[in-house]
Amino acid sequence: MGKLKLKEHLINRDWCKGCGICVHFCPKQVLELDDKEKVIAVRKEDCIRCKLCELRCPDLAIEIITQKEDEDE
Amino acid sequence: MANKKYNVKNYLRERFFPHIWCPGCGHGIVLGSLLRAVEELELDPTNTVMTSGIGCSARISGYVNFHSLHTIHGRALAFATGVKLAKPKLNLIVPMGDGDALAIGGNHFIHAARRNIDITAIVMNNKIYGMTGGQFSPLTGYGQKATTAPYSTIDNEFDVVKLSKAAGASFVARSTTFHATESIDFIKRAISHKGFSVVEIFSQCPTHYGRKNKKGDAANMMENYKNSTVPIGSKKLEKDPSLIERGVFVDNDQAPEYCDEYEKIIQVASKGRA
Repeated sequence: MGKLKLKEHLINRDWCKGCGICVHFCPKQVLELDDKEKVIAVRKEDCIRCKLCELRCPDLAIEIITQKEDEDE
Repeated sequence: MANKKYNVKNYLRERFFPHIWCPGCGHGIVLGSLLRAVEELELDPTNTVMTSGIGCSARISGYVNFHSLHTIHGRALAFATGVKLAKPKLNLIVPMGDGDALAIGGNHFIHAARRNIDITAIVMNNKIYGMTGGQFSPLTGYGQKATTAPYSTIDNEFDVVKLSKAAGASFVARSTTFHATESIDFIKRAISHKGFSVVEIFSQCPTHYGRKNKKGDAANMMENYKNSTVPIGSKKLEKDPSLIERGVFVDNDQAPEYCDEYEKIIQVASKGRA
């Protein structure tokens, strides 16, 4: 079993209401709100896949998709 | 996660999303925790029933893909009792707001606990009546502000944990929306528990309670949950008794469950019949 690595931040922009909870609690400041008050992942490379944003999103709008390191994109 | 039988999204009625809750409302986090708990337990949605009353919290029953009953204010537990007695094999989950559970449905709440019927009650405590415009509830607490208490309330609040414990609930736990993984664990244990289980989850209402009481935005209110609660028996309590305890307060497997007892009565009463 390879180590898990980040594939993408799956953000549902229709569901996101821009409350900023994920931005506030991200330990690595990966997320920000854009000019439409929706969340975007601006520093994806810093993400440690802790999923705190996913667990605390009140709109179920963000999902951290991971894959095994040895798998192809 | 692909190898799992069910997935969080499978339990959702996605056609009703985005949901009606305000930005930052804690109820969405409780919904997420509940779905993850149900997913980890691999509950069959066709064997799971959710009944709810009225209020912001009660809207949750419309968003989950179980059998769901959106019933009258405060009477969710009464309907749940009926469903459970008719079909004891079903899993009953009842999400309630603080007002729905303890003001309008206060009597149903204590009597369901007294009977120890196998229902999981999730009290989403945001300390206010959000849907109707921010009136104070029996959990708002002394000195807090609300639309109907502009100079602060003079009512004392209930302690959900002590109340349910005294009323006879056989599983009682408390957590907050900040502690999402802990909530998932408590909800899982509550659903697996045979008997009446109560999980109180502090849930922020930034629109009414937060604004009236100058608690900041949703994230600040969650930070506040982190700073104002401690695990049961923490040493910090000695220094600051105003901290609120989180954890599992009661977990009693020995208490007789209502449907089991009722089944015994049926057996006794039908003795001698063909």
